[in-house]
Amino acid sequence: MFNYIKENFLISFNSIIANKMRSFLTTLGIVIGVCSVVLMSTAIKGVDNSFQQGISSLGSDVLYIDKFAWFSNEEFWKMRNRPNITYEDYLKFKALVKLPVAVAPQAITVRNIKFRDKTAESIFITGSTSDFLATTNFTFKSGRFFTEVESEGGRDVAVLGFDLAENLFPNLDPIGMTIKIGGYTYQVVGVLNKQGSTLLGSFNPDKQVYIPIKSLFKHFGLNWRSITIVVRAPNSQLLEETKIEAEQVMRQVRRLKSYEPPNFSINQQEGLTQIYERTVGVIKIGGLFITGLSLFVGAIGIMNIMFVSVKERTREIGIRKAIGATRRIILTQFLMEASIISMIGGLIGLFFAVVLSYVVNQFIPTSVQLSAVILAIVISLLTGIISGLAPAYTAAKLDPVESLRYE
Amino acid sequence: MDDKNPVIIEMKNITKTYIVGLEEVHALRGISLQVRKNEYIAVMGPSGSGKSTLMNIIGCLDTPTTGIYLFNGINVSDMDDNELARIRNKEIGFVFQTFNLIARSNALHNVELPLIYANVPASERKERARLALESVGLGDRIHHKPNELSGGQRQRVAIARALVNNPSIILADEPTGNLDSKTGEEIMQLFEELHQKGNTIILVTHEEYIAEHAKRIIRIRDGLIEADEVVNNRKVYFR
Repeated sequence: MFNYIKENFLISFNSIIANKMRSFLTTLGIVIGVCSVVLMSTAIKGVDNSFQQGISSLGSDVLYIDKFAWFSNEEFWKMRNRPNITYEDYLKFKALVKLPVAVAPQAITVRNIKFRDKTAESIFITGSTSDFLATTNFTFKSGRFFTEVESEGGRDVAVLGFDLAENLFPNLDPIGMTIKIGGYTYQVVGVLNKQGSTLLGSFNPDKQVYIPIKSLFKHFGLNWRSITIVVRAPNSQLLEETKIEAEQVMRQVRRLKSYEPPNFSINQQEGLTQIYERTVGVIKIGGLFITGLSLFVGAIGIMNIMFVSVKERTREIGIRKAIGATRRIILTQFLMEASIISMIGGLIGLFFAVVLSYVVNQFIPTSVQLSAVILAIVISLLTGIISGLAPAYTAAKLDPVESLRYE
Repeated sequence: MDDKNPVIIEMKNITKTYIVGLEEVHALRGISLQVRKNEYIAVMGPSGSGKSTLMNIIGCLDTPTTGIYLFNGINVSDMDDNELARIRNKEIGFVFQTFNLIARSNALHNVELPLIYANVPASERKERARLALESVGLGDRIHHKPNELSGGQRQRVAIARALVNNPSIILADEPTGNLDSKTGEEIMQLFEELHQKGNTIILVTHEEYIAEHAKRIIRIRDGLIEADEVVNNRKVYFR
């Protein structure tokens, strides 16, 4: 049996070698197909990973009490008429809740930041208290977060995200340096380690600046705007209980009657995950479908070439049959030819996909998985067998007398 | 003729009918024939006489419409494709007018091919193929491809391929048709040697002087055996 497979393999392989140009062109279709499928799947995996990483920097055990719901079917104007969440609301809320490990206010503005002749434009400035640190998983590259004293005193101190610090201070230690935020002078006290992912855009902590909320109110006068209360549950198991408590406490703060609907929203990252799955899911399926099509075109290419090859080698098939090749031998020979072409294409495609994914990784996160390698081999083999089946069957059932007469 | 030799081919009332469009073409109308071991037969007939059809049936490339065909006592008239392939592989050695070698493969591999299909292990296979090529005088050309060989040499490779499985009969269809007369004679000499070694040979030809190498001539016309005669003045060459 092994002998039989080996001989058939050699016969098939030789005939592929004999038609180099044709085999090359056929292989090309599979190369492109497999390459794009693998690349697509690694890109999807990469984006997924990046999202998960980004989302985990937000923390899976954190609640955000906002005026608006992040994702809701409720009409916008109803939410617009809700009262703002104020700093006073935050103070009352904080005094009443018992479960959370940390509660912090959060107000955001967008300003330009200057250091000497360097400017970083449209940077998200987050104002909060010293408690904010405990609501995050931030770690520091150097320096520290602002202290309670600095926070309560509304001092002009700033903590920089990793990327921002890199941009403004390419080869300088930023700690102790003064920067201009929206024209006001701030002193850098800390720089964060890399946290998030590029996927979060401007929300990526790596691109933000953190300053005391009182300083933010003082300079940028944003106390008329609604703030966010960030609440961190002791762990993700207690998130639901923390949410229930937070809702009760907020109702108390707002003095809502039991029949009144809440005039605030409690958001959590789960909603973000759902939205992500919903939108990216469609892109994923669409992407795989389109790349799958290119593989399909490659498969048609193989089928086409195999049909041509069978036609061209009708006489050879006749000779082989005359000297004793059974249908199964002929079938196997042509199936193997198609599979070998396809496998070679698959491996080359995989190689290009890996190379390209490293290039693309500079722009979009990608991740080559072992599963992608297996996927490439399996789909190319299957493509070969499926597209080779009809031509091989045609060859196998040729009549020896007629094929010997074929010119 | 030596009547003590065992019968290899026994045909009884073989007919073959093709349907071409709406018409029935009776290629063979009832052929009965017996071939014994070590016979040397020439089948002659004008084109359209049905000799090719007869060859195809003798060679198990085709099956008769009616009639019985016993090969070494086994009924092959109603065998399926795979069984016929096995008979062709083990019992019949084909030699064609156009040589019919696999162009991409060298002489050795061409001769090996029947043994590959017979599942003979590689080392034994190569040895037998090499011996077969040596026996037709091509021991020094085993790695040449068909296009590097002359017509006569190609036909020798084809004969080696036909011999390599020790078949019961060698079936040669116009083996000299594509060769010049000198080379043709050399090939006919080779057949004579094979005959003297005990091989059974059936030769299809329309050339009287080629047929006269055989010991018995069967003349076919309109799908019937017109004559079955013994050759008296054989052309026999001895080196």
